[in-house]
Amino acid sequence: MEQIIDLLPTLLEATGETLYLVSISLVFGGVGGLILGLALYVTRRGGIYANRSVFTVLNVIVNFFRPIPFIIFIPAMQPLIRPVIGTGIGNNAMIMAISLAAIFGISRIVEQNLVTVPHGVLEASRASGASRLRTIWSVVLPEALGPLILGYTFIFVAIVEMSALAGYLGGGGLGSFAIQWGFRQFEPVVTWSAVVVIVIIVQIVQYLGNTLARKVLRR
Amino acid sequence: MSIVSLTDVTKSYPATDRSGGVVHAIDNVSLDIEQGEVFGIIGYSGAGKSTLVRLVNALEPVTSGTVEVDGTDITRLSERRLREMRLEVGMIFQQFNLFSSKTVAKNIAYPLVVAGVPRAERVRRVAELLDFVGLADKGRSYPDQLSGGQKQRVGIARALASNPRILLADEATSALDPETTHEVLGLLDRVNRELGITIIVITHEMDVIQSIATRVAVMEKGRIIEQGNVFDVFSDPQHPASRRFVSTVVKGIPDAAEVTALRSRHTGRIVTFSFRDGDRSQADVFVELARAQVGFELVYGGINDIRGQAFGHLTLALRGDDSAIDEVLRTIGQTIAVTEAA
Repeated sequence: MEQIIDLLPTLLEATGETLYLVSISLVFGGVGGLILGLALYVTRRGGIYANRSVFTVLNVIVNFFRPIPFIIFIPAMQPLIRPVIGTGIGNNAMIMAISLAAIFGISRIVEQNLVTVPHGVLEASRASGASRLRTIWSVVLPEALGPLILGYTFIFVAIVEMSALAGYLGGGGLGSFAIQWGFRQFEPVVTWSAVVVIVIIVQIVQYLGNTLARKVLRR
Repeated sequence: MSIVSLTDVTKSYPATDRSGGVVHAIDNVSLDIEQGEVFGIIGYSGAGKSTLVRLVNALEPVTSGTVEVDGTDITRLSERRLREMRLEVGMIFQQFNLFSSKTVAKNIAYPLVVAGVPRAERVRRVAELLDFVGLADKGRSYPDQLSGGQKQRVGIARALASNPRILLADEATSALDPETTHEVLGLLDRVNRELGITIIVITHEMDVIQSIATRVAVMEKGRIIEQGNVFDVFSDPQHPASRRFVSTVVKGIPDAAEVTALRSRHTGRIVTFSFRDGDRSQADVFVELARAQVGFELVYGGINDIRGQAFGHLTLALRGDDSAIDEVLRTIGQTIAVTEAA
């Protein structure tokens, strides 16, 4: 127990770093993934802006990057991260790596959820005289909002996982804390303190996501 | 003047198999729909009627031909002008297609938001429409809290929001039970009579046509195979497909199987007399038969009423002297259609 009390300030700092990494990545990845997912959805066959070549290009890009294991993804993205961030390590570089990886994952979740919106409501919107953009913005997205919230909650957990790995490869946060102060010092209690914090964060977010989705879905 | 006029309209899709061919969903159709009428389009599923109605508000573009709405050829309009045109053409659907994330009031207000109507005016109009469709207390409900009939009434209110001149009803009652169908048809009838809105009704149910349409077109394989006043098509259908539709609501001349069934229960010659409004009355026929001392029994058929005009087919089993029956059938046959079962 003593080690934990000694390391408490470090644990808190690591928790703060994880929250920082995760939340900023979720914002960038979330917005980017929403845009890419929307682009996939509208350009697919039968879509509102159906365009075979654009869809094929986007689809291949997503299929290419999404399956790359994150531990390889970080070094693989170095040529892109260095010029933008100025360095390949540290929290900001990891935020960029996580955001990029999240964009590809989120885009599929967004696409899949939007596809479930019945074609009929799009038709009803178009028949009411609405433009395509308005139809997407005020019909398609609201109709899919409940599942989208659940999808983003799901992705949050994946981002927490990525942030732990990123910490190991030169970021900070709970992953790095658990490895450095727990695993390498043969202190399982310290490792598990990081586990408990992560579980608490995930539980809180999952609860918030479920509650929000239920409110939106009214059930 | 026609409010909707289709001329030589064709709509084809590339075939879904790899043959490289095309499917003609609509094959050279011409159709005129008059201001203020309820025009029915009937056909089996896959006949092309849902595609046809989507050409009228350009949800589907035509492959060739012209579609005039209110005198404007909409096949040449820009996307922006099409959106303005759609405010003039409301549409309701089989599956209602309400926005499940919006309240009933917001659903109805949607076309008004699209049209840029100010908020105060929207609120007033939505209240008026809720009242018209009999859902004044449901504005704050969500669609999944309503019954099927209520959902379709919301659909109708939404379609009417922008004060359209035309309403397209795509199988609007096909997902409803008979009683609710009756209610919704009654509401559509009011829309037509009280608001003067021209309605195009797509259906595969002949009794829908019978209850509200004034004219009807029968579609098969992308073509219109017969069209005319509902009374004429019902009382004297020309095409086999039309006859099949009519036979779903009208007992006509019994077919071979029915004749066999009738023969097993009744003796005598099976003869069908077809009546139409304005022809000789049934009473005259019965008087003639009695005068010739021919016994008769009513075995099949009925009399139908379409918007105040009656017609029907009555099948009788005739008993008596064969030559007397031949004689009386000749006499009656001079004024009304007489068909004897072989």
